[in-house]
Amino acid sequence: MKSPKVLVLRAAGTNCDLETANALAHLGAKPERVHISELRSGKAKLMSYDILVIPGGFSYGDDIGAGRVFANQVRLYLKDLRQFVRLGRPVIGICNGFQVLVKAGILPLSNTCEQTAGFTFNDSGRFEARWVHLRINTQSSCLFFKGLPEMIELPVAHGEGKLVLKSPRQLEELKKNKSIAMQYVSDDGKLAGYPYNPNGSVFNIAALSNPEGNCLGLMPHPERFTSIHHHPNWTRQTFRKETVGLAMFRNAVDYCRG
Amino acid sequence: MTVAAPEKELKTVEKPKVFAFNALSLKDLKALSAESLWSFNEAELLAIQAHFKAQRREPRAAEVETLAQTWSEHCKHKTFTGPIRYNDGKKTRLIKNLFDETIAKATKQVAKPWCLSVFKDNAGVVAFGKKWALAYKVETHNHPCAVEPYGGAETGVGGVVRDILGVGLGAKPVLNTDIFCFAPPAYEGPLPEGTLAPLRTLRSVVAGVRDYGNRMGIPTAAGGIWFDADYRLNPLVFVGTVGVLPVWAVKKEIKPGDLIVTVGGRTGRDGLHGATFSSANLTDEAPASAVQIGHAINEKRALDALLCARDRKLYRAVTDCGAGGFSSAVGEMADGLGARVRLENAKLKASDLKPWEIWLSESQERMVLAVPPKNLKALEAVFSAEGCELSVIGEFVKSGRLVVTFKDETVVDLDLKFLHKGLPRVERTAVWDVPKPSSKGAVTKLKLAEILQRCLAHLNVCSRETIIRQYDHEVQGGTVIKPLQGVRHDGPGDACVIWPHAATGDMEDLSGFAVSHGLNPEYGKTDPYRMALACADEALRNLLCVGADVSRAAFLDNFCWASPEDPHQLGRLVRAAEGARDAAIGFGVPFISGKDSFYNQSKDVNGKDLPIPGTLLISAVAPVPDVSKALTMDIKGPGNALYLLGWTSEELCGSLYNEVCGLSGGSVPEVEVRSALDGYRAVGSAIAKGLVLSAHDLSEGGLAAALSEMCFSGEFGAAIDLDDVARSGSIYSNEALLFSESPSRVLLEVKPENEAAFLKCAKGATVKRIGETIANPILKVRGLDGLVVLEEPLSALKTAWQRTLPEAME
Repeated sequence: MKSPKVLVLRAAGTNCDLETANALAHLGAKPERVHISELRSGKAKLMSYDILVIPGGFSYGDDIGAGRVFANQVRLYLKDLRQFVRLGRPVIGICNGFQVLVKAGILPLSNTCEQTAGFTFNDSGRFEARWVHLRINTQSSCLFFKGLPEMIELPVAHGEGKLVLKSPRQLEELKKNKSIAMQYVSDDGKLAGYPYNPNGSVFNIAALSNPEGNCLGLMPHPERFTSIHHHPNWTRQTFRKETVGLAMFRNAVDYCRG
Repeated sequence: MTVAAPEKELKTVEKPKVFAFNALSLKDLKALSAESLWSFNEAELLAIQAHFKAQRREPRAAEVETLAQTWSEHCKHKTFTGPIRYNDGKKTRLIKNLFDETIAKATKQVAKPWCLSVFKDNAGVVAFGKKWALAYKVETHNHPCAVEPYGGAETGVGGVVRDILGVGLGAKPVLNTDIFCFAPPAYEGPLPEGTLAPLRTLRSVVAGVRDYGNRMGIPTAAGGIWFDADYRLNPLVFVGTVGVLPVWAVKKEIKPGDLIVTVGGRTGRDGLHGATFSSANLTDEAPASAVQIGHAINEKRALDALLCARDRKLYRAVTDCGAGGFSSAVGEMADGLGARVRLENAKLKASDLKPWEIWLSESQERMVLAVPPKNLKALEAVFSAEGCELSVIGEFVKSGRLVVTFKDETVVDLDLKFLHKGLPRVERTAVWDVPKPSSKGAVTKLKLAEILQRCLAHLNVCSRETIIRQYDHEVQGGTVIKPLQGVRHDGPGDACVIWPHAATGDMEDLSGFAVSHGLNPEYGKTDPYRMALACADEALRNLLCVGADVSRAAFLDNFCWASPEDPHQLGRLVRAAEGARDAAIGFGVPFISGKDSFYNQSKDVNGKDLPIPGTLLISAVAPVPDVSKALTMDIKGPGNALYLLGWTSEELCGSLYNEVCGLSGGSVPEVEVRSALDGYRAVGSAIAKGLVLSAHDLSEGGLAAALSEMCFSGEFGAAIDLDDVARSGSIYSNEALLFSESPSRVLLEVKPENEAAFLKCAKGATVKRIGETIANPILKVRGLDGLVVLEEPLSALKTAWQRTLPEAME
C-alpha cells in the first residue's frame, strides 16, 4: 500500500482538522476531511480507510461536556469503529478527539462499549495553552511512538483536560495493561504538579492507548509540532531532524505501508 | 426550503405601520428620534421629512429605522467624512473631509501596487506572495462591552471574524488580535449606577475573547492592554482578525437576478439598535437588548461551509450582517442595483418577531450571499452537510430601490440613492488648544533600582502571561513566533509571526507575516499629533524586531474618541489624524483599513462628562519573507555585543518614568521619520543577513525596561555603559538615559564575530555598541560619571514584572 487513506473526522466545532490533514498529506498519506454527517448518511464508510484521526477542537461547543455530543454520534454512526480497532488499524484522537474516544468507550479499553474514564475542568479553573514536557511509557507497545525518545515536548491547549478514573484499582489496571502512554513531567523527567501537569490529571496521565497499541488518545497536539519552527525555542537551540509530531504521524503511515 | 414568492404578490393589502412624520415640528421630531433611539441630528431629521414630503407620503416605521442604521455614525463615519471648521491655534480653515485629507491621502500618496483593496470592502487587502492575499480588519466593540462585557467581547470577536469571511469572496481567518483599554482593576473610586467595576470588565472581556476565539479555532496571538482610570466609564475593546484568501477571490460583483441568500444563525430579537446605540453617549438606560448573544459554533459552521462554497465558486458576493443587520448588509450590497426582500422567508429564533425587527435585528453569525439561481441547489448541499441553515430572502434587481415586504405588507420601499447619498453633511467645529510649554519635571529621590522595579511592575508594562495563556495562540499550527518568548516561554515578544501555510497546505512555502500594534494615549494627553507618530513608529519597530519586511508594512487605524460635538475633543482628533497622515507618508506605509468610535464619554457620579483620553490604535502587518529567519527578543548567550539603534533625548512627558516617580512635564517623544527609517532599513538588512541574534524595541520604561526584559527572558545578564549611548547634547542624567522614551530605538544582540559585518550593514544609521551580555544573571549599568549606578539580579526584576497582573486579577 503506497498511500494510506486517512479519515480525518470532523463535526461542527472541530478546528484542528486542516493542519492535521496537511501534515499527513505532507508525509504522503491521503487524508480526507470528512464531516460525521457523511458517515451518518452512508456517503462515507469508515472501513474504507486505513487510519482514523479525530482531531482537536470544540465539537458542538463542548456544551454538555467536552466531546460528549460528538462521542454519542461516534457510537451511533461509527458502529464499526470497534472492529476497525480490533483489525489493528491505527486510530488517534487528539485533545477533543481523545475526549471523544474516552466518552465513546473506545479508550482505555475497547472490548466493551462502556465509558470507564472521564474528563473534567483543569485544576486551574480555566483554559490554558502551554508547551509541556512529556515522558513516553517505554513499556508501551503503542505504534505511534516507534523511534521516539523517552522525553519529548508538545503543546497542550484545553480547559477540560483533567483525566479522572473510577477508582485507584482502575489506575492499577491501566498500569498493568501498559495503557498509560504518556505522562506530564518536569523538565528533568519527574512527575510534578502545576504547571508541569497543566490540568491536574490523575497520575499525570497525558495519553492513553489500548493494550494492543494501535489506538492512542492524547491531550497534547502533535500536529502543532510538525516543523522545528513550531517549537517555542527554535530561535535558541538546534533540533533533531524530524519533529515529534511529524514522527508520530509518520509511524502510523509507515505502519500501514507495512 | 421556501421558494421566493412570485412578483404579483407585491401589492400591499393591509395598510402598513406609518408615522405621522411629515407634519411634525423640529422639536417633536427630535423628541421622537430620542425616544426611538435613532440618534439622528436636526439636519438629518429635516432631510428625511423633506424627502417624504416630496414623495407625498408618510415614512413607514422600518424605513426610518433603516435610515437611522445606515446614516449612523457607526456606519457612515460622519465625523471623519463631514466638513470640519478647524482652528489650529493660529488660524481657522475648512477641512472638507478629514478622512480624505489625512488617512486616504496618505494611502494615495504612498501608492503601493500591492494594496489590492483599501477602505471599500469589509477589510483591507494586501498581496501575500503571488497566489495569496492577506485581509486585516480591526474593529471596536466599546459600547457593548461597557454594558455586557462577556457578550460584548464575544460578539466583537464574532463580528470582526465575519468581516474577514465577508471580504472579497471570503478569507480564512488565521489570526485574532485583541487590545483593551481599561481602568486599573484595583480602581476603588466611586462609579455611577450601572457602571461595572473595572475588574469585572477585565475578567469578563478576557473570558469572552477567549471563549469565542478558542471555539472558532483561530489563534489569538497579538494584542495588549492599557490601563488608565479615565477608561472607567467607557472601556475600549479592539478586536482584529487577519485572513488569508486566494488572489482570485479578492473581487466581488453582483448581477441582477442573483438571489439574496442568508446563511448561518437565525434571526432573533437580540441586538436591536446596536448601530444607533453605539453612536451616542452611553447612559445607564442603555438597553441590554442592544447587545447580541454569541454562538461561536454556529459561526464555525458558517465558516467551514462558506469557504467550501467559495472554492467551488457557488456565489458571486458575500458580506456579513453586522450593525443594522439585514438592513445594512442588503442595503449596502444593493447599492447601484436594487433589491427585493421577502422577510417571511427568513429563519427566525422566535415566531412572533415583527417585520421591522427581522429587518433590523443584529443577531450574530449571519452572512448574506449573492447567488446565481443555478447554483442554489449545490450551495444548499454544501451548507446542509455542515449543519448550517440557509434561506433565500429575495433577489437583487435593477430597480434602484430597496423594497422589503412581509407577506402582503410593504415594510420598506426606499430610493437607494437617497439611502446612500441623501445624508446631509453637518459642519462641525474643532479647536486645537496648543499646550503651554511645560518645564522639565522636578528630580526624584527614588533610587534607579527602585524606579526600574516600579516600571517593570507597572500595569502597562508587566507580564500578560496570565491572559495570553487563556487564548489558544497555536491552533492552526502557524504561530512560529509566539507572543511569549524566551527560555521559559514567558518573555514579552514584540510581535507574533504567523506561517499560514499549515492551513493553506503549501507546506514548502516558508513565507509568513507579522502583526504588531502601537498605542499610547498618555502622550496624546499633551500632544495627539506626536502620539500618532509615536504609535505608528512603535508598530513598525515591533515588526522590525521579529524580522518582518517593514518596507512592505501596512497600517490600520482605530480612533476612539469622546464626543465629536465638543470642539476641543474634535480639535485633538484632527491633530491625531494629521499625525497619522504624516507618519504614513513619512514611513511610506499605507493605511489599508480603519474604524472610528465616537461618543466614548459618560456622566460620572457628579454628573460631569468624563471623556476617555483620545486613543489611537495603529495596527501593522508586514510579510516575513522567510520565517526561518525570524527573531525573538530574548538574549541568546553570554559575550555578545549589545547595540542600540537610534538617538536618546530627554523625552519624559507622558513617560512611565514620570508616572512611577510622581513627576510631570518635559517634552513628548517626537519621531524624526527620516532618520528612523534609515535606521530600520539598516537593521532590517542586518537581520535578513542573519547578523542579529535578538532584537527588542524600547517603549514604556525606556532602555532600562527593554534591557531587563531581554535579559530575564534569555536568562543571561548584561553590562552596559550609559556614556556609550548616542544622545542629544542636552541630556546629562542617568535617569533620562535609562528611562527616556525617545522613539525609533531598538536594542540588538550581535555575536562578536558578526560585529564587523553588522556595522557595515548599519552604515548611515545611528547604531552604538553600549555593552555586552554576560553569564552572570544580573543587570549592571555604568553611569555617566563612570561609576556603577545600577546592579540588580534578574530574578528580582522578573518577579516584579510577573507579579502584578495575576495579583490584580485575583
